[in-house]
Amino acid sequence: MTRSPASNVHDNPFMKPMEWISLALLAAVIFLVLPMLLDAFRLNLVGKYLTYSFVALGLVICWGFGGILSLGQGVFFGLGGYLMAMYLKLEASSIENTKIQSTPGIPDFMDWNQITALPWFWKPFTSLPFTILAVLVVPALFAFVIGTAMFRRRVGGTYFAIITQAIAAILTILIVGQQGYTGGINGITDLRTLHGWDIRTDSAHNILYFVNGGLLVACILFAQYVKRSKLGRILLAMRDKEDRVRFSGYQVASFKTFAFCLAAVFAAIGGAMFTLQVGFMSPSFVGIVPSIEMVIYAAVGGRLSLFGAVWGTLLVNWAKTTFSESFPELWLFGLGALFIAVVLAFPNGLAGIYRTYVEPRLTRRVKALEPAPAVALPHAAE
Amino acid sequence: MLGDYSLTDLSSIFVMQGFAGLILFSVYTLMALGLAIIFGQMGVINMAHGEFMILGAYMTYLCSGFFQTHLPALFPAYFFVAMALAFLASGALGMLVEWALIRHLYKRPLDTLLATWGLSLILQQAYRTIFGPREVGVELPAWLIGSVQVTDTIEIPINGMFVMAVTLLITAGVALLMYRSRFGAQVRAVVQNRPMAGAVGIDTEKVDRLTFGLGCGIAGIAGSAFTMVGSTGPTSGQLYIVDTFLIVVFGGAASLLGTIASAFSISQTQSTLEFFLSGSTAKVITLLSVVGILMLRPQGLFTLKVRR
Amino acid sequence: MNAAILPSHLIGADPAEKNFLLAVEGLTVSFDGFKAVNDVSFYVDPNEIRVIIGPNGAGKTTVLDLICGRTKASSGSIKYKGQELTKLSESAIVLAGVGRKFQTPSIYDDLTVFENLEISYPRGRSVLGALTFKRDAQVRDRIEEVASMIFLKDQLLERAEFLSHGQKQWLEIGMLLIQDPELLMLDEPVAGMSVGERIKTAELLNEIIKGRSVLVIEHDMKFVEDIAHRVTVLHQGKVLSEGSMERVKNDPKVIEVYLGH
Repeated sequence: MTRSPASNVHDNPFMKPMEWISLALLAAVIFLVLPMLLDAFRLNLVGKYLTYSFVALGLVICWGFGGILSLGQGVFFGLGGYLMAMYLKLEASSIENTKIQSTPGIPDFMDWNQITALPWFWKPFTSLPFTILAVLVVPALFAFVIGTAMFRRRVGGTYFAIITQAIAAILTILIVGQQGYTGGINGITDLRTLHGWDIRTDSAHNILYFVNGGLLVACILFAQYVKRSKLGRILLAMRDKEDRVRFSGYQVASFKTFAFCLAAVFAAIGGAMFTLQVGFMSPSFVGIVPSIEMVIYAAVGGRLSLFGAVWGTLLVNWAKTTFSESFPELWLFGLGALFIAVVLAFPNGLAGIYRTYVEPRLTRRVKALEPAPAVALPHAAE
Repeated sequence: MLGDYSLTDLSSIFVMQGFAGLILFSVYTLMALGLAIIFGQMGVINMAHGEFMILGAYMTYLCSGFFQTHLPALFPAYFFVAMALAFLASGALGMLVEWALIRHLYKRPLDTLLATWGLSLILQQAYRTIFGPREVGVELPAWLIGSVQVTDTIEIPINGMFVMAVTLLITAGVALLMYRSRFGAQVRAVVQNRPMAGAVGIDTEKVDRLTFGLGCGIAGIAGSAFTMVGSTGPTSGQLYIVDTFLIVVFGGAASLLGTIASAFSISQTQSTLEFFLSGSTAKVITLLSVVGILMLRPQGLFTLKVRR
Repeated sequence: MNAAILPSHLIGADPAEKNFLLAVEGLTVSFDGFKAVNDVSFYVDPNEIRVIIGPNGAGKTTVLDLICGRTKASSGSIKYKGQELTKLSESAIVLAGVGRKFQTPSIYDDLTVFENLEISYPRGRSVLGALTFKRDAQVRDRIEEVASMIFLKDQLLERAEFLSHGQKQWLEIGMLLIQDPELLMLDEPVAGMSVGERIKTAELLNEIIKGRSVLVIEHDMKFVEDIAHRVTVLHQGKVLSEGSMERVKNDPKVIEVYLGH
């Protein structure tokens, strides 16, 4: 640090130079490299992975920073996905599309289950603005209720993990059991258009991929805003010495609830984008298994690193696709070993490895090359 | 819905469902006992607990096959051998896992959760590779088949009574071990104050390993009992893990009595509801009420009040 | 040293007549039948330094826990400037003006000294406030001012984890200073400190008590004698003796507890 005036030392820039580079790198890969290298099918697959990284991003805030491990993030991913799927399904179930049904105009699975009228909670989902609002608000409210109930009573750590896991189990059983209202185990399938725009074509997939990428970058920037605010530091402080924060005049429960709600909203955005790009939503993305798998994305990337969360998600899913295509038997061994290795050997994931091994050399080199900062610093958006 | 049944019908239903619930209760209790020791006493979240149970179930399956082909004369008694083997196999694997994995993570409970989840994936795939993806069942010896007719409408299966008896014995044994024996005192000493326990000459590492092994071993016996009520597949254990954790938390993690009471109330609620509602609705209602109660009373049913 | 200005006859006076900063009356808490604090009453004046002493297990830390809301009282009342504290949440008690330092240094290892102090800065304590909190010149100046008071001006950018034990204690005292409480409660502030650090801490305490009341738990009798206006002796959850250090030292009951059998 050669900048001498004392006040500058305590500046709190929106992002440090290295973070700007990371963002630029990630954006370049998402928006330029992958679209140029991959065919439409593979690009859609990457788009699907990127929707998971919204969940991982939320977990970084909630688990990495706040120390609150939720094993039920699939619930929020699923909520976002299902709410979006409800809208798309209603649009696909127009009277003329469904005229062969005994009750035309309602989703096919309802017809199969002898339901003759659209249930009340499906009705508002004919409106796209309502749906978008619901995708953001419903998971946040749900997380708020759970968070307030639990954190007010000082439930944390392992208990919270177990209870969120139970909630994921309950929601899965409920969705599977209530076929007539939810599509059951198959989920909501055969989705066609978004406000009249066919989402099944390659060009639609392509556009949705870029929309997804844009939303992800927006979420990263918001997460970064939270991370560098005092709230971000309070989360870290709370994880370390909860009582000290409490006796410094903060309502610890509200801060935890905020982190949990933010993670829920991120996950829900991911879920909604998943439905749009993949064209269906099913309970297999809601339960315990996907929820815990999403935790490992954040853990592999580094539980304290926003960018790491995205890279971790991409890497694990790429490995999953590659391995399960060629050695399906080995994949579960590999995934299991990955869990253990990350926890035992690399608790800070890829970001930790980068920080210990790569960054010191990099900065040494950059400093050796030129004395001034290597990158022109964009002005912090304060 | 109750109005459709006569009073005698209803009482029979409650007795029969109650008994069906008791078998579920036995499996839950054995699973939860092991977990209560590991989670309640050691604070380790063992997500692979279901896979330890399934190891016991596979051991029982192997035993039944072995006795059928090689020692048909002793077949009626094979179940006792199988239970001992299940205990030893799961216990030994548990001790190995403690040594290789858990002992590095005592200060990071949330990380034990992730690591043991990884372990559970590996074990599931190992079972799939060794025993095949299809579910297997065991052959019961003749004396365990059939039921006792109590009244015209009530009959009680013998294997159910057997499982109950085993559960009672093991529960009593665990209670004696934890509250009356020197080992139990050492376990509690280590749990309450690790450095102090070490200072007075308790080999804390050995106590940890034995405690974890004991918990896993009991899960193995649960697996043995499980073969009587369900068929065994590579992922059967995973279905029970959430329920078991809820039972332990609901009972108040450190209390064995609480664990048993909570296993009883949860299994009875579920089993009774199942008769009137669909299985999935019964499960949802049971789990929801447990989660609801836990949100209001997070410390569980039985806990001591101490200075934090 | 200042005990003379606080006449001991006040101790028995009707509490309603006087403007106490803190009035603890009939305070009792039991854990499963064990009364860790049993019918404890004492009164602290504005600008008074009160030291609580007593053997291990006397209930000293529990009394502080009760005042700051960490433990809920079974019965009794704690009035701070006339406001009942037993019904308030921990954060509300802090906002009312009570600050507390823990026995083992309780600081945030992962944050820098600057950030540790910043978190205690009394602004932006709601979720929204914390999100929009700006590190302006006022905040910086105050933090730097406090940092030089607690001898950590040169360590502002260091991660708190790497401070020495004594420095961690000072940091926590500094965090309380920034909070600017009217009643400051310190649990063994010099425990585990070297002689040099201890002298500096006494200096620091003499500096920061200006304009506030302080409730201190301490074992170090030399230190107690240096700073205490009045001393309350707890024994087995009850008040055994109270008054100036001189008086307490010569109280036969106290001598028996400390030196007896």
